[in-house]
Amino acid sequence: MTVNVDRVRLLELIAEGAQVVDVLPQAEFAAQHIPGAVNIPLKRLDGEAASVLRRDKPVVVY
Amino acid sequence: MSPRAACRLEALGFDQVYDYTAGIADWKAAGLDTEGSEDPGLRIGDATRPDVPTSTPDETLDTVRVRTLDAGWEEAIVVDCDGVVVGRLRGSVWDGPSDQPVGTVMEAGPTTVRPDGPLHDLVKRMDKRGTALVVVSDPQGHLIGVILADDARRLAAGDPPERVWQDCEGCPGRWTNPSTERPSSGTMDP
Repeated sequence: MTVNVDRVRLLELIAEGAQVVDVLPQAEFAAQHIPGAVNIPLKRLDGEAASVLRRDKPVVVY
Repeated sequence: MSPRAACRLEALGFDQVYDYTAGIADWKAAGLDTEGSEDPGLRIGDATRPDVPTSTPDETLDTVRVRTLDAGWEEAIVVDCDGVVVGRLRGSVWDGPSDQPVGTVMEAGPTTVRPDGPLHDLVKRMDKRGTALVVVSDPQGHLIGVILADDARRLAAGDPPERVWQDCEGCPGRWTNPSTERPSSGTMDP
């Protein structure tokens, strides 16, 4: 079950080692993104693309 | 878009999935740094001083007046227990009863601006209206600092921040959080 988080909780999750995933198109990610985020555009989000993510750590999408 | 991404990750077997629904717009509006090729230019956050005196609504006017004047300011910002801006103390408000809680005499609900707005536009508005100070907060209303017209004008004119803020501890004022500093980022391109 996905949990919606605000910015304060996001900062806590980042401090705890969460993986931040920007699902916007690559051009938008290249222009501006949250520091440390990885880009997996929604259109490409499949099992192969998600293989770069660790399953034992929280994942935050935006 | 992010709810669909979260749903897809769950379908792929991830069981710790969170959705930052407010997204990068909220992140930037809080004055937090971003990475990327886009040059944001000078932003309000670049001219924001964090050292403005503050008080809570239950402090007495006299206590806050002394603290504010001792710090070399003529104005203080009133915040609640969560740091949300609730009022301003300035001008004739200081002439009120010294033993009154500031919450009863403050200018309630002051206008605030977000730190990711363009600085040049704000300078124009401040000059046009003769505004000397503007309160800067995040989207939820938490105080980040204030913009002083003189600081903003000098920065917008190209004065280096270290010359503008020789006397300001914590300036140039961009609100940063060490926990947001991450080692690297990249684009996933399968």
